[in-house]
Parts: sequence; C-alpha cells; structure tokens
Amino acid sequence: MKIDDKLIGYLENLSRLTLTAREKEQAKTDLTGIIEYMAKLGELDTEGLSALSHPFAVVNSFREDEVTQSYERGQILANAPVKSEEYFRAPKTVE
Amino acid sequence: MTFETVIGLEVHAELATNSKIFCGCSTQFGGAPNTHVCPVCTGMPGSLPVFNRMVADFAIRAGLALNCGISRYTKFDRKNYFYPDLPKAYQVSQLYLPICRDGWLDIEAGGATKRIGIHEIHMEEDAGKLIHDPWEDCSLIDYNRCGVPLIEIVSEADFRSADEAIAYLEKLREILLYLGVCDCKMQEGSMRADINLSVRPAGSPELGTRTEMKNMNSFKAIHRAVIYEAQRQAELIEAGGRVVQETRRWDDNKDASFAMRTKENAQDYRYFPEPDLLPLDIDDEWLARIKDTMPELAEDKRRRYIGEMGVTEYDAAMLLAAKPLSDLFEQTSAICKNPKETANLIIGELMRLLNDTGTLPEDLSIDATRLSDLILLIQDGVINRNVGKTVLEELFRNGTDPRQYIEERGLAMIRDGGFIEAAVDEAIKANGKSVEDYRSGKEKAFGFLVGQIMKALKGKGDPQIVNRILREKLSE
Amino acid sequence: MEIRDMTALEMGRLIKERKLGCAEAATAILDAISSADGELNAYISVQKDRATASALKVQARLDAGEALSPLAGVPVSIKDNICTKDVPTTCGSKMLEDFKPPYDATVVEKLAAAGAVPVGKLNMDEFAMGGSTETSYFGATKNPWDTRRVPGGSSGGAAAAVAAGEAAYAIASDTGGSIRQPCSFCGVSGIKPTYGSVSRYGLVAYASSLDQIGPIGKDIRDCAAALQILSGPDGRDSTSVMERPFDFSGSFTGDVKDMTIGLPGNYLSDGIDPDVRQAVTQAAKTFESLGARVEEFTMPMMEYAVPAYYIIACAEAGSNLSRYDGIKYGYRGGNAGSLADVYLSSRSEGFGIEVKRRIMLGSFVLSSGYYDAYYHKALQVRGLIRDAFNQAFQKYDMILSPVAPTAAYELGENITDPLKMYLGDIYTVSVNLAGLPAVAVPCGFGQSAMPVGMQLIGREFSEPVLVRAADAFQQNTDWHKRRCGK
Repeated sequence: MKIDDKLIGYLENLSRLTLTAREKEQAKTDLTGIIEYMAKLGELDTEGLSALSHPFAVVNSFREDEVTQSYERGQILANAPVKSEEYFRAPKTVE
Repeated sequence: MTFETVIGLEVHAELATNSKIFCGCSTQFGGAPNTHVCPVCTGMPGSLPVFNRMVADFAIRAGLALNCGISRYTKFDRKNYFYPDLPKAYQVSQLYLPICRDGWLDIEAGGATKRIGIHEIHMEEDAGKLIHDPWEDCSLIDYNRCGVPLIEIVSEADFRSADEAIAYLEKLREILLYLGVCDCKMQEGSMRADINLSVRPAGSPELGTRTEMKNMNSFKAIHRAVIYEAQRQAELIEAGGRVVQETRRWDDNKDASFAMRTKENAQDYRYFPEPDLLPLDIDDEWLARIKDTMPELAEDKRRRYIGEMGVTEYDAAMLLAAKPLSDLFEQTSAICKNPKETANLIIGELMRLLNDTGTLPEDLSIDATRLSDLILLIQDGVINRNVGKTVLEELFRNGTDPRQYIEERGLAMIRDGGFIEAAVDEAIKANGKSVEDYRSGKEKAFGFLVGQIMKALKGKGDPQIVNRILREKLSE
Repeated sequence: MEIRDMTALEMGRLIKERKLGCAEAATAILDAISSADGELNAYISVQKDRATASALKVQARLDAGEALSPLAGVPVSIKDNICTKDVPTTCGSKMLEDFKPPYDATVVEKLAAAGAVPVGKLNMDEFAMGGSTETSYFGATKNPWDTRRVPGGSSGGAAAAVAAGEAAYAIASDTGGSIRQPCSFCGVSGIKPTYGSVSRYGLVAYASSLDQIGPIGKDIRDCAAALQILSGPDGRDSTSVMERPFDFSGSFTGDVKDMTIGLPGNYLSDGIDPDVRQAVTQAAKTFESLGARVEEFTMPMMEYAVPAYYIIACAEAGSNLSRYDGIKYGYRGGNAGSLADVYLSSRSEGFGIEVKRRIMLGSFVLSSGYYDAYYHKALQVRGLIRDAFNQAFQKYDMILSPVAPTAAYELGENITDPLKMYLGDIYTVSVNLAGLPAVAVPCGFGQSAMPVGMQLIGREFSEPVLVRAADAFQQNTDWHKRRCGK
C-alpha cells in the first residue's frame, strides 16, 4: 500500500510527533517498504485462531486490597521539568 | 413534528476499595496533592500494574445486582490517548471482554415499571485531576485520583425521558451504595454520568445522530441537560439543520450545552489487549464466594423491615434513605429486639439532631449497643421519653454511656407512689384555678397540671403513674 | 592473570577466599573502563564513588561471615534501560538524559542483596530499538574486536564491555535478540531467559510481551550464576510466573549424551554468510562428537517471524513510549507554548529517528482500519510460531541455530536501511514471540576475524538443560576464551 502525506500526517498526529520535511520523505519510503513487508502475514490462513497477547496462557495474577506506603511527593516530582511544590505543571488544556 | 428522545447513560462509579486498582496507594479522597502516588500510578518508566482483586469482586457484585451475565474469562485493554491527567497516555480499561454483560434494571417512571437494559459493566482506572492555575494560566496536575478503580456501567439506549434517566440513576445509586461498592458521592465525583442523546421523529425506527455530554455530577444538572439537549436537537432538525455527532459541555449556570473545541470526536484510541496484565479466569468458586457475601439490597431490606420487623412503609423509606441510618437501625434492633422503638428514635429524635447540627448521616457515629441500651431503658420504663431525648442528645454529641449517665444524674424515673402523690397533692393545692377548669371539662388543664407535677419531679416522674394518681385525686 | 581477564566466578571465588578484596576488584574494572572506554564508548555513565562505597559494604558483609552468592563482591554493569535509584537511567535517549528513577528495578535489588557491586550503566540502542547500538543518543559503541565495526544491539555496550574486560559481567535485556546478537558479534555468552522468569519491574518497557532481562558474561557459567540471582517471582510484575529461581546445580556435568538437538536446515541455507554457516555446522558436529544426537529438520514459519515481531513490538512500544511527553519527567521541548506544542516538541526533539519510526509504525498497525490485518493477524501468527516450536520440541530437547546471518558489520553500513536491519533479526525474534529461553555462546570466527555465535533454544524453563549443553560445549572448545586484546 502507498504511504502518502495524508497517512504520514495522520500517524504523526496519533503519535504526537512532528517530522521535518526531510524526515517525512524518508518516512514515506521506509514505511512503505516495512509495511509491505509486514503485510506478508496476509499469506497465512489464520481463520479461527486465537490472538496471543502473551506467549503463555497464564491467568489470574493479582494482589490483595492492601494499602502500601506511597512515595514521598518530592521523589515523584523530582524529575518533572516544570513543577510547583505540590503539582506537575502543563500548559492549560483548552476545553 | 413530534420528536422522541432516545438516551443512553454511561455511569462511572469509583469503587470503595482501600487501595488503587494497580498499586497499593490509598484511594482516600481529599489528600494533599500528589501524596497518594507511586511510580505505578504516575506512569514512571519501568513501572508495572498489578491488579487489585477486590476490584473484580466489587464489579461482579454490581453485575449480579444488575442481573448481568458474568464473563468467566475477562481481560484488560489499553485505550491510548494524550491528556495531561493520564500519565501513561493510555487508560487501562476493558473493550473486548468486559467483566459483566447483558443485564437489566427495572425502574418506576411515569407510574409504570420499565426495564432498562444494561449493555455491560467494565473495570477501568480513573485519571488524575487538572486544576486551572489562574495566575500562571496553566494546568496543575494532581495524580492522587489516578489509578482509583472505576466501574463503567453502560446502559442500552432505552431511556425516553429525563424522568426515566433520573429514576434509573437514583435506583442505581441506591444499589451501588447498598452493595458497598461505591460511596456514590456525586459532589466528590465518585459517581459521574455521561449522557448520550439523540432525537428522532416519533415512530421512526432509525436512530438520530447523538451527542455526548460527559462527567455530569448532579442529578438536577442531568435532568436539565437532557431536556435542553433534546429540545436543541429537535429545534435544529425542524429548522432544517443536522445534528453534529460531538461531545458537548453542559454549563449548569447558563443552563445550556456547548460544543467543545477539543477533537474528542475523531479519536482513534487504538485499543489493544494490555500485555502487562494477565486475563482473569473467574471460576465457580469465585462466583459462589461473591454470591454468598452479597450485601442485602435496599429493596430487600425494605421488604424485610415492613414484612418482618413491623416498620411502616414511610419509616422504612426514611431509614433506607441513607445507608448509615439503616445500618444503625439494623445493628441496634438486633441487640434490643425492638425495631419499632428503634425506628421511632432514629427517624424522630436522631434525625432532628442530625438536621440541627448539620451532620451528614455518613459522619454519624453512634454506638449501636449504647443506643440499644437507651431504647431498653425507655422500653423498661426506667426513664421516660423526655429524659430519653436528653440522653440521646448526650449520646449523639459525646458518645456517653446511657446507663452511666442516668445513674450519675439520677435521671431514673420516679415511680414511688407516695412521692408522686405528694407532688400531685402539692400541684392541686397550688393550682386551684386549673383544678376548677378541669372539673368544668377543660381537658387542657389536666395537661397543665401534669406539666407542673413533672416540673416538681424534675421531669422524672413516671407519666403513667402521675396521670393515674392525678386523675384519681381530681375525681375525688 | 589480570583481574579484568578473569571470569566473574573466578573473581568471586578469589574474593570469597580473601585473595582478592572487593575494593580491589571494583578498582580493576573502573581502571579498565578508564583506559578503554574513551575509545569503545560502552558506558553511558560510571558511578565510581557508589561502586567504591558498595564494595566496602559488601566486604564488610563478607567479613562478618554472611553467606552471599558466588558473585558477591564482583562488579556488575547494567544496561541503561534498567532503573537504578537516583542514578541516571537514560535508555540511550535524549528523552531521559537526566532521568533519575526514585526506585531500583527488582533485578537491581536482587543483585544488591546478593552482594553485587554496580559500577556503571551501559550504552544501548535508543529505548532498545536497534541491532547495532548506533541509534544511541550518546554515540555508537565500538566492537572491541574491530573498532570500525558495530558491537551489535541493542545491548551493544554490555557485550562490548564484557568482551573488552571493561565489565566483569553485565545485566541487559532482550526483546528480539538484543542480548544474543551482540554476544554473537562480540564473542561473549548470554542468556535470554524464559518470558516471565525474570521480573520486568524497573525495566523501561520497549515491548511488554517480548522484553526479558538476562545476563551477559565471558562464559555460560557466569551467565548461569547471574541468572540464578535474577530469576524468581516478583509480586510487582504480573507477568512474572516463575515460582522460584533457577537451579543450575546439575548443569555443569559436561554430559550431553541424553540430548537430541534439532538443526533447522532452512536457517542455514540462503541469506546466511558462509562463515556463519560453517561455524554453526561445526558446532553441531562438536555436539555430536560429545554424544548428543543432532538431526536436521525444517523449522516452519521462518519468513513470518520478523514481520509478526515488528508489528507486535512496534504496537506495544508505541504505546509504552506515549508517556514521554515532557511533563512528568524527561526532556521538555523547546516550544513550550500550548499543550500540543509541549507534546510535539518534547517528543520530536527528544526521540531519535528510529524510535519515531517505530512509534509511527505502532500507531499504524493499531489504527482502526488496519488493526485486524496487521496487529490482530500478528497475534494469531504468534500462535502459529509457538505451535511450530512446540512441534519441534516433541522431537528435540533443543534447537541449535545461528544468531545472526552475518558477523559484525561496519559502523554506518546498515543504519540507513531499516528493513535490512530488521531482517538481521531473523533467527532471534521467533524465540521472543514464543516466550522461550535461548542461550548464545561463541562458536567460531568469520570473515575479517570477527566472532560468530550460535544459540540453543529450548522449551520454557529449560534453562538448566540449555546451560548444560552450552557448558559442555565450552568445556570442549575454547572460542569463549579468546580475548580481543583491548
């Protein structure tokens, strides 16, 4: 299938990425080849087969409803590029 | 053209577990910002989720109470989108195999019973909170709420009016409350509803284009929003326009809905099965355990209170209006074995105290054993009702032991016939006019005399004995 | 013998016998790093002071008579996508250049408990996406055997450091061959364990259903000793399914007479360098001479493994990397106007081109309209691949195969052709898709005198058997003893 500007633009938006003009051109070529290669799976008949999200069919991994010690706020905020003493900060969201 | 309104509701209920869905942080409301957090619920690199099994238990409870089929094999999916309140930029939810499906709930609306279909119930995690900082004109992000477990209850598009929607929400709220799975405090956001609404010409089989209004958090607002939006869409269509499928913001102050500028509409969430969590296999034993420990629903309590405990319909409704009251009623009457008196005291005096002090039922903390003692003291005639009121207030405010209090202050009823007779004689002697009035037929004078006698007895006279002796003396 | 040329277990033994001090061992490795890493660039960061302090602590524990693991006191080096508390964990990316996790990965905690002495964080392809360590923001690592060549990837730093004596042993990660292929390119040994046997808590996720942490060492015994420490259950990782750590006590007998080994003829036909074919075929003969039965067979699904892998890996990776938005941690972009600006500039400036490519591929295969044909299909194909292995394991105890179609190529040779890079994973990705274990050991030299490795793939949790086979091989060959002379 053809990877055109429209599709690249759509993928950029979904991925929150902005490619430079050169990167876009390169992406069109690269992705076309790669996606075509991925489409090879279409050769296989997989009718009725289960889709495996995990390599093994294991179930029921959980914990009890117990409260554990939370982290210190300072530790969690330490790596934030923009913050106040109590909050993470981001540009305002427009409703 | 007459239009029919078609409504579907998606209700999000925060589950009353102690810890979050995928980590051990507390779910308690109102902590200082970013103090109930850890690498997992803030989406730090390398963190992984571990499922809190109580969440499934609560979801199954809700599913059973709403007559759903419980999926024996259920799993989680990632819903991918970018928003600052979502630290991983995906929400762990359930799309493909939700935990409960195909249920129903009967509601009373417009004098008839109507069955509302429940499409599914699924588990998911809540997001954080964004607070607008007006000084810096930016968003402040608090992740305390992030990871609090939610169930989303999705109804079929079976509602045809705002009243039906509210009837459903009220009943749903009562059920969730009585199941103990959610505290349903809409003002705290632990219960929120999304409204999906469309209109169509009456009789038309096709559905119109629908709009969505999200995160409605009061029943009144929902009622108003439904009426407004139905009218807006109908007017738009009649004027030749077309309804746009979009998310609209309900402004309760302006009593109107507005199109939102965010492109919520064209979102491709790219759902895929969550690889960091394993599926749940719910076997017979698990289901049986939930069934066996299902709390009694309000409806069943109502039946039991009226049928078995001799409580009136009105009184039952009053008690069941707030779960803490019905809990207190049950605990207390189980001890004192006097449901009628217990109901009276709770609905009468206790509710008056709650109202006067502005206390919410959930903040009430009265020891059932002590309340039971008080009731027994009244029942056995150790104290009279007036004294009972005083003791109740003391118990309410200070948690005082009724027996101790009565003993310390000598509030036990006076039953000594001789003692009372002396007080009666005294009152008759001092109130000649009243005696005259009574003898000439004014019953009110009797009450006045009783009052005087009680005053002399410092309110502790046994009313029955006082009345008997006074009548005897007056008829001499 | 110089300390840096010893195996980790040799060092551990000397430490236990008090012939070598922990501080001395740490210093030897730190000195090796100082002298060699300027050229090799195997390390992103070195924690000299912490290492010294840690060495002293372990020495104190040993002196107090505490019974610690055979690797106690031995310096360990950690791939930079494994979280180390308060120590930068960059994943080879500008996005996390200054990120200091507030916690240790489970494996780091286990290593500390066992008395390991962490010395530094190793270079890698950015976010583990690559097969040559050329996509690292911190520059490529050079192959110590020939510094014009790549060390492999994504754990290139780890393999190069071990090969050059700059690390006693290393802990790395393998999602599609990222431990095995660099081991093959650098002439060292490594294990990609069974999925779920080593906790992923603290491993910065690339592809959640494929990632596993594993050891790289000078020989398979070092790897086994490390894997014993790393493996076992962890309540913080839902996919951690192993009840207790591996037990390798029966794995060093040198006995392979009970083993039947399958050799996939179709892996050795087209598209493989003659030197690699030769080395692997020779290895098969070695096993036969030791008494194992080796039988050629056809391993089906070979041509579908790479596309299935990349679909699944990119989908999971794209989602796992969405959290990097310049708000909670990591790089914040230059354009910080609106929220959209922050997202776009942080991510576009913070990620390299290969990462961006894979994120976009991930968005593609999951987007509505393509999900069924690509992602869903790939998950079904995964089942077919797993079945193919299960079939093979009905006849064979393990499968002997090449690790890569070539030996190490030159820096810059493949980096502009992503598809060609991806095809280099042809022998390794199917193992991750099926969640199976594989050990990689050197088995010869190829063109330009570069090392060539082979892998042994087994049933889930058969690591003790695989190690026994690999150890028997190493008891009877000396490929793993060759040193690159750095």
